[in-house]
Amino acid sequence: MAGSLTTSSGDGGNRWRDLDRLLTRPGNIVGPTFDPSPELRSELQQYVRVLVVGAGGLGCELLKDLALSGFVNLEVIDMDRIEVSNLNRQFLFRLQDVGKPKAEVAAKRVMERVKGVNIVPHFCRIEDKDLDFYNKFNIIALGLDSVEARSYINAVACTFLEYNSEDKPDEDSMKPMVDGGTEGFKGHARVIMPGVTPCFECTIWLFPPQVKFPLCTLAETPRTAAHCIEYAHLIKWDEVHGGKPFDADDPEHMQWVYSEAAKRAELFGIPGVTYSFTQGVVKNIIPAIASTNAIISAACTLEALKIASGCSKTMTNYLTYNGLEGLHTKVTEFVRDKDCLVCGPGTLLELDPSTTLQKFIELVGDHPKLQLSKASVTHRGKNLYMQAPPVLEEMTRSNLNLPLYELMDKVPKDVVHVAGTVNKDDKKTSALRKLRVVFKGIDGVTDMDTANGA
Amino acid sequence: MAEPKTKYDRQLRIWGDQGQAALEKASICLLNCGPTGSETLKNLVLGGVGSITVIDGSRVEIEDLGNNFMLDESSVGQSKAKCVCAFLQELNDAVKAKFVEESPEALIETNPSFFSQFTLVVATQAQYVLSMIENMQKGARSYDKGKILTLRVVSFLLDLHQGSFESMGRFELVEASLLRLDRICRQANIMLICARSYGLTGLVRISLKEHTVVESKPDHFLDDLRLNNPWPELKRFAESIDLNTTDPVVHKHIPYVVVLVKIADDWAQAHSGRFPSSREEKRAFKELIKSKMIALDEDNYKEAVEASFKISAPQGISSSLHQIINDHSVEVDSTSSDFWVMVGALKEFIANEGNGEAPLEGSIPDMTSSTECYVNLQKIYQAKAEADFLAVEQRVRSILKRIGREPNSISKASIKNFCRNARKITVCRYRPIEEEFNSPSLPEMQKYLNDEDCRWLPIAIGFYILLRAVDRFAANYNRFPGIFDGELDEDIPRLKATAQAILNDLGCNGSTLMEDLTNDMCRYGGAELHAVAAFVGGVASQEAIKLITKQFVPMTGTFIFNGIDQKSQLLIL
Repeated sequence: MAGSLTTSSGDGGNRWRDLDRLLTRPGNIVGPTFDPSPELRSELQQYVRVLVVGAGGLGCELLKDLALSGFVNLEVIDMDRIEVSNLNRQFLFRLQDVGKPKAEVAAKRVMERVKGVNIVPHFCRIEDKDLDFYNKFNIIALGLDSVEARSYINAVACTFLEYNSEDKPDEDSMKPMVDGGTEGFKGHARVIMPGVTPCFECTIWLFPPQVKFPLCTLAETPRTAAHCIEYAHLIKWDEVHGGKPFDADDPEHMQWVYSEAAKRAELFGIPGVTYSFTQGVVKNIIPAIASTNAIISAACTLEALKIASGCSKTMTNYLTYNGLEGLHTKVTEFVRDKDCLVCGPGTLLELDPSTTLQKFIELVGDHPKLQLSKASVTHRGKNLYMQAPPVLEEMTRSNLNLPLYELMDKVPKDVVHVAGTVNKDDKKTSALRKLRVVFKGIDGVTDMDTANGA
Repeated sequence: MAEPKTKYDRQLRIWGDQGQAALEKASICLLNCGPTGSETLKNLVLGGVGSITVIDGSRVEIEDLGNNFMLDESSVGQSKAKCVCAFLQELNDAVKAKFVEESPEALIETNPSFFSQFTLVVATQAQYVLSMIENMQKGARSYDKGKILTLRVVSFLLDLHQGSFESMGRFELVEASLLRLDRICRQANIMLICARSYGLTGLVRISLKEHTVVESKPDHFLDDLRLNNPWPELKRFAESIDLNTTDPVVHKHIPYVVVLVKIADDWAQAHSGRFPSSREEKRAFKELIKSKMIALDEDNYKEAVEASFKISAPQGISSSLHQIINDHSVEVDSTSSDFWVMVGALKEFIANEGNGEAPLEGSIPDMTSSTECYVNLQKIYQAKAEADFLAVEQRVRSILKRIGREPNSISKASIKNFCRNARKITVCRYRPIEEEFNSPSLPEMQKYLNDEDCRWLPIAIGFYILLRAVDRFAANYNRFPGIFDGELDEDIPRLKATAQAILNDLGCNGSTLMEDLTNDMCRYGGAELHAVAAFVGGVASQEAIKLITKQFVPMTGTFIFNGIDQKSQLLIL
C-alpha cells in the first residue's frame, strides 16, 4: 500500500508514470475543478471511494479498469454466484471458480494483480445494504443488466441529494454515477450527476418494458417457436405441476418445457424449437460478448476518473455504442425531467401536525404519484418505522401511533425518506422516495415554495 | 451438455456454431504486448480463438504495471511476451498460447514469411521505443543501478553506436516497418488490424485487400415481403381469402400480409397501376385499411396500418447491391473466390428469373393470424425462396463449369445461405496504409478543416492529425512530445508547427488546429492510459471477430477514439 502511494519516480521507476502525465500537467480541455499536481493521484488514492455494483461482464472490467486508473478504495456488491456461461467474458473467473460468489472472487483476483488496491466484496442483494453503506462512496459505477436494479441504486444515490433554499442542488451532497449496459454488439455508457444531468428515472423511457405475448396467442394461435415455448413455460407447466413453482435453473424443469414445446411445435407445423432457444426464451437470455463489455466499461471508467480528478472534460451525458455494422458512437445530451420524483427536490406533502406515522404511511400508499406500499420511514438517518427485519419492526412499531411531527423533533419542514414497493408493469419492485414534509400552521412554513411541489 | 457449448453460450447466440468454428480455427499474431495489444488478445482468448502468438522483445518494467493487467510485480525484469502469454493462457485452456521474444521490427525485417502462418495480425505500438529513449536520457545516473535498466541502456547505446538510430531515426523505422508489414500481409492475404492508444486518444484501422460478407446481419432491414409485387402463388393465396367475411373470428385472424396485398391491389387498380406515394396518398391508404375493420380489437388490421409503408418499398435491388453485381470482380475466372462466383450467378438471376429482384429471403415476421393461415403463408414464401435458390444454384454450377472448376465445389448449404442473404451481401475494401499516409482522401477532413466559418475543429479529426504529428515529431526529435516536464513548453510550439506542416501537405492550408488540443497532446507525453487501451483493444478485438467469423460488417476507414467528450469518429481516409 505504502509503495503505491509514493509519487516520486526514483530510479526504480514509477508505476503510475503514464497516469501521472495527465494528473500533474495543466490543460485547457479539463474539468472546472482540475488542480494538477503531483499530489493529485495520492489524494485520489486516499480519499476517493468507488462502489462497483455488479461483478458480471461489466463489473469485472470496471474493477480492473478502476484499479489501473489509480483508484485504490473499491468495493463491489453482487448477489450472484459464478456460472460456466460467464466464462466467455467475465475474465476474472476460472472454471474452478464456478459456484463461488462473484464479488468475492473478482475482488480477490484484482487485488492479487494490482498491488496496493483494496477491494471489499459484498455478496448480497443491493437492497440488503442500508443508506449509510451507500453514503460512504464518492462515485458509484453500475455494471448491471436489469432496469429494476439500476432504478433502485439511482434512487439510493438521489436520496443523498440536498437542495438549497433556492432549489439548487447542493454539490457536496451529489453522488455521481457512471452507468454501463450492453447487449451483444451494442451498449451504452452514461454519466449521472444527480440534480444536474438526468437521473435514471428521468429517462426511464429509454428502457421500454419487455413485450409479452398475449396469452390467447400462446393458447390458441401459436405461430412461432417462442409461442410454443412460452405456452409450455407459462401455461402447461402450471396445468401439469399445479402449484409447484417452475425453476429456470433446474435442468430437469427446462428439459420438460423444451420437450413440451417441441411436441406443440410439431403438432402445429412450427419449426425452430431447440433446447438452446428454449433456454433463451424462458430465461430471457441477453447475448453478451467480451469486447462490448470492455468498451463500455472503459468509457465508464474514463468518466469516473474525470469526475474524481477533473483531468478532462466529461462526456455530456449519454453514449450509445453500436458495433454491428461498422462502428457507430453517438453522444446525446439528455435533459432532466423537472418533475422527476427521484432526483427532484422531493415530493411535497403538507401534513397536519397531528398526523400519526401510521396515517402518514397510508397517505404515501394512496398518493397518486407515489403509490408506495409497505413503506419504511427514515428521517435524518433515524429509523422511524421499519417493515423488516422483524427485530427492527418490533422496535419501531410503537412509533406508529405517535405524530410524525413529534418523531421528527418538531421541525416545521424536512426531508423524509420512504422505502417500499411499487407496482410497475405488473411487477412489484423496490423503490425509495424522497418526500418534503411540511407541517401546516407551524412557523417557518411561509418561505416554502408550495407551488413547486412536484 | 458439453462444457464448451455452455461456456460460449452467450456468444453462440450472436455468431452461431459456424462463427465459433471459424474463431476456433483462427490463429492470431500480436505485435507488441502493451496494454492495447494485451486487452485486444484478452477478449479474443475469452471468445475461444484457436491460437495466439505474442511477439514482443522487451522486458517488463515497473511502469508497465500501471496500465497492463496481464503483468504483476513478479513479472518485472522478465520477457513481456512470456508474462502476457502466461496470463492469457490462464483465461482459456482451449486456446494455444505461444510467444516469441523478439522485436516485431526485427521479425518484419528479417523473416517476412513468418507472418503467413496466421489468420490475422494485430499490430500495436511499440512502447519500448518510448522507454528506451527516456531511459537513455537519464541513462548516466541509471547506468550502474537497476540491473534491467542497465542492460537496456547498454543495448540501446550499442544501437546508437552503430549509427542505426541517428542515421535512420528509430521512429521512422517503426513507421517503415508498419508499412512493410502491411505489404507482407496483403501479399499473403493475412488480415491486419492496427491499434494504438495515446493519452486520451487512440486509433484502430483494418488493412486487407478485400473482405466479403454474406451474413452481414444488419440491425434493421426491411422484410422481403413483395407486397406490391406478389408472385402468382402469393397472389392466388391472397385471392383465396375473403376480406369481407362476416365471421368475426376469421376476419381478425387474416394475416396483415394478405390484407395489404389485397388492399394494395385494389388501390393500384383504382390509381392506374400506381401505389400510394405522396403523404396524402399514404394517409388515404391507411384510412382505406381502417375502413375494412369490423371490430375495434382487430390487431391484424392495426398491424396492417403500421406496416402499410411496406407497400411503398422500392421494387428491384438496392443501389449498394447494384454496385456489387456491377463490380469488376464479377467477371469471374478460375482464381475468383466462391463469393464472387455466387455474385456472378446472382447477377444472372436478377437479369433473368428474378425479373429485376434478388432471390426471395423466404422468412416472414410474426403477425396476428390463425396458426393454419400463418403456416400456409410461410410455406408460400419458403417455396418461392426454394425455387429461387434452385435457379441460382444451377447458374453457380454452370459458371463453375465454365471457369474450369469442379461444378459441385460450392456446397448447396453455402449457396442457400448466400441466397437468403443476397440483399444484404457486403464488400469492404481497404487501401494500403502507405497510400493513406501519402495521399489520404479526406472528404470529411477537408469539409471541416477548410470551412472558413468553422472555427471549432471536431476533436476526433484533430486527433488524427495530431497522432500523425507526434510520429513526425518523434522522427525529428527522437522522442514523443511532452515526455520531459522540463521541455513541455518548448514542445508545444514544435508540435503545433509539425501539425501545421502535415495540414499543409494535405492541402488544408487555411485551417488552424485547435490550440487546446495540441496542448493536450503534449500533456499526454505518449502516455498509455489503461481505460483508453481497454476501449481501443475492445474495438480491435470486435473487428477481429467480425473479420474472422465473416459475419457482421467490419468498419471501413480509420476509427479515432476521442476520450475527451467521447465523440469518437470513423474517418473515411
